[in-house]
Parts: sequence; C-alpha cells; structure tokens
Amino acid sequence: MTILGNALLQIASPQLPPPSNVVFFVATVIKIVVLFSLYMVGVALLTLAERKVSAWIQDRHGPNRVGPGGLLQPAADGLKNIMKEETYPDAANIPLFVLAPIMAFVPAMLTWCVIPFAAPLPTRWGLIDMVIAPLPIGYLFILAISSLGVYGIVLAGWSSNNKYALLGGLRASAQMVSYEIAMGMATIPVLLLAGNVALNDIVLQQAHGLWNVLGLTVAFFIFLVAAFAETNRLPFDMPEAESELVAGYHSEYSAMKFSMFFIAEYANMVTASALMVTLFFGGWDIPGQWDVAPWSVLKTFATGGFFLFKVLFFLFFYMWIRWTLPRFRYDQLMALGWKFMLPLSLSYIVVMASAILGLDAAGVARGSWAFGLSLLALNVVLVAILFLFIDRGRLISPAYSRLDKRNLDTLRAAAAESSLMREGRD
Amino acid sequence: MAIGIKVLDRPIDQSSYVRATLKGMVLTAKHLLNPQKVTTQYPEQKKSLSPRWRGTHRMLTTEDGKAKCVACGLCPTVCPANCIKLVPGEDEKGNRYPLVFEIDEFRCIFCGYCQEVCPEEAIHVGRHYENAEYSRQGFVYDLERLTAQTHPVCEMWDPADPKGE
Repeated sequence: MTILGNALLQIASPQLPPPSNVVFFVATVIKIVVLFSLYMVGVALLTLAERKVSAWIQDRHGPNRVGPGGLLQPAADGLKNIMKEETYPDAANIPLFVLAPIMAFVPAMLTWCVIPFAAPLPTRWGLIDMVIAPLPIGYLFILAISSLGVYGIVLAGWSSNNKYALLGGLRASAQMVSYEIAMGMATIPVLLLAGNVALNDIVLQQAHGLWNVLGLTVAFFIFLVAAFAETNRLPFDMPEAESELVAGYHSEYSAMKFSMFFIAEYANMVTASALMVTLFFGGWDIPGQWDVAPWSVLKTFATGGFFLFKVLFFLFFYMWIRWTLPRFRYDQLMALGWKFMLPLSLSYIVVMASAILGLDAAGVARGSWAFGLSLLALNVVLVAILFLFIDRGRLISPAYSRLDKRNLDTLRAAAAESSLMREGRD
Repeated sequence: MAIGIKVLDRPIDQSSYVRATLKGMVLTAKHLLNPQKVTTQYPEQKKSLSPRWRGTHRMLTTEDGKAKCVACGLCPTVCPANCIKLVPGEDEKGNRYPLVFEIDEFRCIFCGYCQEVCPEEAIHVGRHYENAEYSRQGFVYDLERLTAQTHPVCEMWDPADPKGE
C-alpha cells in the first residue's frame, strides 16, 4: 500500500521530493481532521447563511434569537433534530431506508479529498501538498463519485414506499443523469487545455496562463447550470418540489436522518462550488507571484484563504439564484438538458478543440499571452452569439404557444356559432 | 387589465431567459444590500395601541380599595357572549356588592358593552392583550384578579368626537 501511495504521489507531482511514508501518513491524517471539521462547521453555518440571505432578500430579519445575531441557530437545529423521534414507515424497506441518508452524504464528502485547496506547504520534512489525496486521475474520480450521490436520493425515494417520495427519487435520477452528461462534456475543453486530468495540473495550468473562466466562458456557463441541477438546487429542485410532491424523496424522513439529507445538499453545494473554482477560477491561484515556487507558509495560508473566498462567493451565488428564480417545469428541465445544453457543449468541444489545434499548428506556445488572448477573443464572440442570438426564445419553452392565425379564426368561428345556438335555444 | 395583469407584448421568440435572470438577480441584490425591513421585533418592540383598544377587563376600585361594582346586574344582562357571572350580595347597611363577579375572557368577544352600560364606571375593557394560560379555567378572571389589573382602560367611542381627536 505504501509503495503504491508513494508511486501515486510521485506521478502527481514528479518534480517534488516525495515525503517519507510516516510524514505522508501523519500529514494526511492532520489534513483530514482539519478539513473535515472545517467542512462540517461550514456546512452547519451554511444552513444559517441560506436562511439569512433569503431573509435579507425578502426584507426580513431571518433567525436572530439563538445566540448573537442567530449564530447558534445551527446548533439549536442540530440539538432539536437529535432529540426528535426517528419514524419508520410501516411498509418501508428499513435497511435501505437507513442507508439512503448515508449514501447521499458520503459521496459529497469523498469528492473533497482530491480538490487542492492551497499552495503546497514547505515543512522540515518535505513539501506537503495541500490536498488530501493528490490522485493523478483527480477529475475522473470526481465524475465517478459525484454520480454516486444520486443513489442516496433514489434509494430514499424507493425505500420509503411512498408515491411522492418515489416520484421525487425518479425525478432526481432522470435529472442527474441528464445533466451529468452536459457537465462532463463542459469540462472536456478544460482538460484539453490542461492536457491532464489531475486537478493540481489544471490549477497550475491556470496559474501560468489565463483562468479558464475567461478562455472558456461557455463551458463555465454550462458547468454552472449543470452543477445547479446536480445539486438539486433551485431552479432545478424537482426532486423536492414541495408544491407538487410534499417534500419529494425525503417526505418520510424525520429527525437526524432528514437532517442528513439537508447536510448532504449543502455538502454537495460546497463540493460543486469548489469544483467550479478549481476548474474555472484558478483554484487556489492568486494572480501575481503567489502561485510560483519558492513556497512559503504565508503563501499557503494566503492561497488557502483566497480559495475559501472564491468558494464562499459561489455558495452565495447558489443562494442568490435560489431566491431569485422560480422552479422550472419538468419538461422544460429535460428539454434544457438534452436539447440545449448537450448540443451546445458538444459543439463547444468541437470549436475549442479545433481552435486549440489551430493555435498549436500555428506555433503559438501554450500558456503564452498570444495563446490566452486569442482564446479570449474567440470566447467573446462565442458568448455574444450564445447570449444574444441562441438564447432568444430557445432556452426555455413557454407554458403556452402562439396559435396559428388560421386555427385562431376557426376557433373564433366555432365559439361564435355555439353562442348563436345558445341564444336560439333560449 | 384593470387589476394590473402584465401582458408580454413581444413574441416569445424574442424573449431572453438569461437577460431576464440577470434582471431578477439585480432586483434581489438591491433588496439584499438595501433592505426595507418592516418586521416588528415583537417581545422587545411593541406597536402602540389605539386609545379605543378593547382588551383584558379591569375592575376599578374606590379609594379604600374595594371594587366600585354595585351588583346592579346590567353587564351580565347586556353581555352578548354571556361571559359575566354575577351573584349580588347586600351588607347590613343595605349597600349592594358582588359576592361573585367572574368574567370568562375566553368567551368574551370584547365588544365593550359592559363598560358602556356600567352606571358606576366600575368594569372596563383595557388596553392590554397578552393573555396566556395553561388551562381554559385560567381564563376565568375573578373579582380579585380583575381589580388587580393595572393596565390603562379603554376610552370608549364618543359620538361627539367620532375620530377620537
């Protein structure tokens, strides 16, 4: 195992001297403990942040009774949920019913272990990567694990033995499968630019050139929308859809098991935000001299803080969107995924691949200013086309359609005739 | 049209979802940054009551601390909710006084007729509303409890001054 671990470490960052096994083990345990605690506290505070942001947007105060400014509200919620009774529906499949909240929660946490969150930390025992597991297949790992998240929801829907829960679970699976494709496709241009699937390399590529959001805005847009759908957040929260499905897949859940779904949703949000930051906003990169060797403790903390800031921005963005947009109709959701996002991402891959190939053939070096600027110029044109022409009336199908003039005349004639007949009868 | 229905006057193939989203986000951001909060933080802040507010009853007392009530029986008679229980008594000098005077605040509809009809200005409805009890029986206020109330009493509607100015 240790040999394998060392080998993986060397593949991920061959230019660094590998730390010894003991150091690697101790550092990893410390990183896991610190990150896990930060993550759980952060997720708890996010539930408060969500309620506060929603309140402010709606001109309310939000929770402000527990602790200063309502800061202890998550603790009070947790306490309440632990004290409450766990209910099991009579006809539920109990093992799966218990397993489902865990299945929803664990993949969201697992994804975090491959996301690099700061510049490497130089210590007396060698350079330590600020990522729990610097997997050389980082991005593929994320794709594989994040699709596992749907199992939690589907299992919850099915094992509850409740029609609304089942409908919620089915919707979740259909939605996540549809958007997973667009999401994967949207990141292919990123991988083309980085030439690798290791997340550290993607971050370094952006650190040495342009952040991908400038070079690949369309891909970012697709990824953003798909990430919203993947995390079941509004405007894509079909699986919950309280106005139609009671509470969707977690209708039958109570107490801490219900809370686990809640935590899983926020954990997924954090992971998706971190992923967006890593793939499109340069990860922990601060433009300037912060992202190059020699590394220092200050650099590690500064880049870590900046990474946190970027992730928090996206978390806020999630909430902002949630309290702005109404929910999609289900057919609109599917149409958007399959008829708009998928073709768009496929054609974008073709355009970007030919652009990169063309630039390579023209002898423009990767990471040079000319390379970045030409991608940026192409991007501006593509974004203009997307948002000024393709967007018009095609993104969302309306709830009504305009009647043909001929049909309208026929209908009016029929209405007039029937009213004449009624008058005659009276 | 009269009730302000907004009709989309441009064809659907010219409308942009992304632009509409951005517009909505600007609107929510405006509220986020500059909220016009109207919530009253209730237990700390209270809204002022109208001088004509009719709430919890209060029995006024004479200087020597006894209830002004002479047990004439007008208030139980006029009470539309039938929530006043009065048993009259008489002392050795022939003065009438209430042996039992109970108001069921749960039955009461706070019309204020008892205050209007009272010849001695003894029973009043008051400017007070925070009543909470653990049982229905707790809402039956006896004479002792009614005299112990200290909140300001209601100023009844005056026909000469209909707007209360």
